[in-house]
Amino acid sequence: MGNKQTIFTDEQLDAYQDCTFFTRKEILRLHGRYHELAPHLVPMDYTNEPDCKLPLALIVDMPELKENPFRNRIVESFSEDGMGNLSFNEFVDMFSVLSETAPRELKAIYAFKIYDFNVDNYLCKEDLEKTLNRLTKEELTPEEVDLVCEKTIDEADLDGDNKLSYSDFENMISRAPDFLSTFHIRI
Amino acid sequence: NRKAKVKRKAKRVSDDDDEEEEEEDEKPSKRRGQRRRTKPQDSDEDDEGDKKSVASKASKVSGKKGAKTSRKEESEEEDEEDERVSKKKRGKAASKKEKEEQNNDKKGKASGKDGDNKDKKKKKNANSSSSSSENDDDDEDSLSEGEIAALMEQVEEKKKLISTIRSKPWRMKKRLLVLKEAQQFVEKFEGALGKGKGRRLYAFKVMMTKKLIKFNRDFENFKTACIPWERKIKEVESHFGSSVASYFLFLRWMYGLNLILFGFMFGLVVLPEVLMGLPYGSIPRKTVPRDEQDTAMDYSVLSDFGGYCKYSVLFYGFYNSDRTIGVLKFRLPLSYLLTSVGIFGYSLLVVIRTMARNANEGGDGGDEGEFNFSWKMFTSWDYLIGNPETADNKYASITTSFKESIVDEQENQKDENIHLRRFLRISANVLILCCLGGSGYLIYFVVKRSQDFAKMDPKKLTWLQNNEVEFVMSLLGLVCPPLFETIAELEDYHPRIALKWQLGRIFALFLGNLYTFLFALFDEVTAKLETEKSIKNATEWALSEYYANYTSFYNTTDVPPPNVNPADVIRGPCWESAVGREFVKLIVSDVQVTYLTILIGDFARAVIVRFLNYCWCWDLEAGFPSYGEFDISGNVLGLIFNQGMIWMGAFYAPGLVGMNVLRLLSSMYYQCWAVMACNVPHERVFKASRSNNFYMGLLLLILFLSMLPVVYSMMTLSPSFDCGPFSGQEKMYDVVIETIDQDLPAFMGTIFSYASNPGLIMPAILLMMLAIYYLNTVSKGYQQANTDLKKKMQLVSMSSILLLSFF
Repeated sequence: MGNKQTIFTDEQLDAYQDCTFFTRKEILRLHGRYHELAPHLVPMDYTNEPDCKLPLALIVDMPELKENPFRNRIVESFSEDGMGNLSFNEFVDMFSVLSETAPRELKAIYAFKIYDFNVDNYLCKEDLEKTLNRLTKEELTPEEVDLVCEKTIDEADLDGDNKLSYSDFENMISRAPDFLSTFHIRI
Repeated sequence: NRKAKVKRKAKRVSDDDDEEEEEEDEKPSKRRGQRRRTKPQDSDEDDEGDKKSVASKASKVSGKKGAKTSRKEESEEEDEEDERVSKKKRGKAASKKEKEEQNNDKKGKASGKDGDNKDKKKKKNANSSSSSSENDDDDEDSLSEGEIAALMEQVEEKKKLISTIRSKPWRMKKRLLVLKEAQQFVEKFEGALGKGKGRRLYAFKVMMTKKLIKFNRDFENFKTACIPWERKIKEVESHFGSSVASYFLFLRWMYGLNLILFGFMFGLVVLPEVLMGLPYGSIPRKTVPRDEQDTAMDYSVLSDFGGYCKYSVLFYGFYNSDRTIGVLKFRLPLSYLLTSVGIFGYSLLVVIRTMARNANEGGDGGDEGEFNFSWKMFTSWDYLIGNPETADNKYASITTSFKESIVDEQENQKDENIHLRRFLRISANVLILCCLGGSGYLIYFVVKRSQDFAKMDPKKLTWLQNNEVEFVMSLLGLVCPPLFETIAELEDYHPRIALKWQLGRIFALFLGNLYTFLFALFDEVTAKLETEKSIKNATEWALSEYYANYTSFYNTTDVPPPNVNPADVIRGPCWESAVGREFVKLIVSDVQVTYLTILIGDFARAVIVRFLNYCWCWDLEAGFPSYGEFDISGNVLGLIFNQGMIWMGAFYAPGLVGMNVLRLLSSMYYQCWAVMACNVPHERVFKASRSNNFYMGLLLLILFLSMLPVVYSMMTLSPSFDCGPFSGQEKMYDVVIETIDQDLPAFMGTIFSYASNPGLIMPAILLMMLAIYYLNTVSKGYQQANTDLKKKMQLVSMSSILLLSFF
């Protein structure tokens, strides 16, 4: 335990606890996981906030994300450059949003980002097609995919612009019963 | 609406950014100001007018931020104009009106960005000195009530920001930065608040809140560290997805609840009796009777909870009826009654609170089918899954569910041969009703028969005859659900509807069994009450004879109690202990059957499938037996009924709660192992309900149903005369009345007598009903308003489309 204290200063840990839904121990554990991904890149000493980023390929290899069809999108939407390179801050941020205690509103914002493949702030048909193909491993015929996407837009689109804005998405997801229980990764 | 909110948030962000910049600006100027202060205070002694303007501006700095957020829209040019105007009027700054002051603030900001405004420095000087030092009286005066209020408001705002920053959708880096700024701001200005005498108190308060926050955080850390099995559940989750894990979460929740109940029961009832009460063997109720003593330590007797177990703290009969025990004058009978009632009260509270929290979390489902495809699209992937096999299953199940929905969408089910189906469904229901009735009768019959057995010599009975009731009940619970499932095949419902029916039927079966068991038990109790009465009369008669003889023989009224060994005293049947024993036996046999089922049905099956597969003529793993799936709903229902029996039995057997804690603990490890070792992920999961409040609702129902018999026995049955904490009372609740009469001041007694007056109770009930009706109407009204708003929203969007198409 003694040497773990040198990873972060107390102020840093307090700040992390204020900014995330994690406890002290969990933040240290997260650092452990982060360090594990690339032991030669990530320093053990974070007191002077080193500038260190891990590439997407390393992060999506974590067992928590490995089987997720949206793993690349998750990592990309949490990275600052949009390319999937995560600093430790962003790494913590990602798991904080996906943690059990994060509120529905916050989760919804990031879920929207994840499903927004072309990053145009709307879920258009193209995004939905990609989502659906990842969910079903492209087992549906093009006609079926077409139908499902149209139906989805039909159901959730309130302002009739044929794509889902965030407010449409939020309205729909706020009433989804499974959203909170499934949009959640235990670390 | 939502969008606007997001925008507002974004604006807040930009505001905060500005503030950051500004504070950066402030720092150097502040430092300069302090340097100046160390010199002879030349600027303060320049001239009086200037000083006044300084003072007024110091106040403006404090008001600036609040004003800025509201008036940010104003253009820059306007600002600069104001600046020029205000420069001319500088001498009269103190007498300016509100609006101009605000403009002036703007100016202050603009000039601050310019970098070298003398006034600005002074402002800072005044502000920092008032926040850091107390001996500068001039500056202190400069902070008037309104300004302090404004500053206070800002500090509060910052504090709020600090506490909610974790749910702001910003990047982590930014969040850390904003947090730091906000903390610094609070740190800096908190000291400036409060004046004169109030200041010290305020500082103390601030310090205490800081300490409290720290303590809360440590406590929170401690609390999460205490939550057990996080890793185990994660492992199960990643293998089986969230639905199977929800059972284990429920089990963990139940364990926590039972731990608290156990704490109540153990701390307030069992421990005092053990520590302060009379020891074993001192009085008849704490001694094994003479004719049972030979076999009291036999394993067969002990495993039946007879012998020494029956006369131990585990059961009601052991407790003494002395009003107070020990040096502490602990009122055990009262404590016993209140704890038993308190357990129900606490459980009720916890269950309802959990339900309310679940409801708040939303996801009430809304209208079924409204977002059928969208929900499938966006919420069907389980982010918890971390196992390739499960992931494959999930892909397959999502694909099929999409295909099903598409088919449903394309053609709304054509019904072929509706008559045959109707006939089959009716006959299936008849069959199931027969099963239910049969199982109820069987239990009644068995309980009756066990009463006959109980009258016979226990040595002649076989093990089966001794445990027939529990055996039959467990067997029914084991056989009937699969039987129902087979019968339900006839009905040919959609799997989700079929699951609902199945759950309803199992629930009816369990409930029916439990209540038949209870009625049969109460039959037995009335019979026991009869025999008890005769024994009681006989003992009383014998006692009075003894006293009469003693007085006539020794010619004294000072009679010592009869000298009889406690083991030889004639005693009544003590029906409460008997009921408690039935419950304990039921629970134990339930545990045995459940564990054996897992061992045989899952483990043995898995072993056979795995190893016989090498030398078998068909593929066992893919073919007929294959591996078992985890039966979520069955297990949850089992858990709920188990808890119901605990609630019911805890009054008659205080040790039951402790046993249940052990059971849940072992079951957690055992089932975790079993599910990981021998089960395979579901091919398709149908949840019985979309929200987890369904099971909570069942739990609430069971809680209520298990409360009934206990309250009935407290209120109407008379307790045994020679065992248990209420012996000697007419009714069990008399303990409470006795306490009110004797220990509380007299007026409390009168209050209670008034409160229990029917004339008062009737209006109270009426009032409550009215309140319920009112709340119900109000909630309906809100719902109506909600749907109206929704409609309007759609209308607005439609009309906007129309407008767009026009132009």
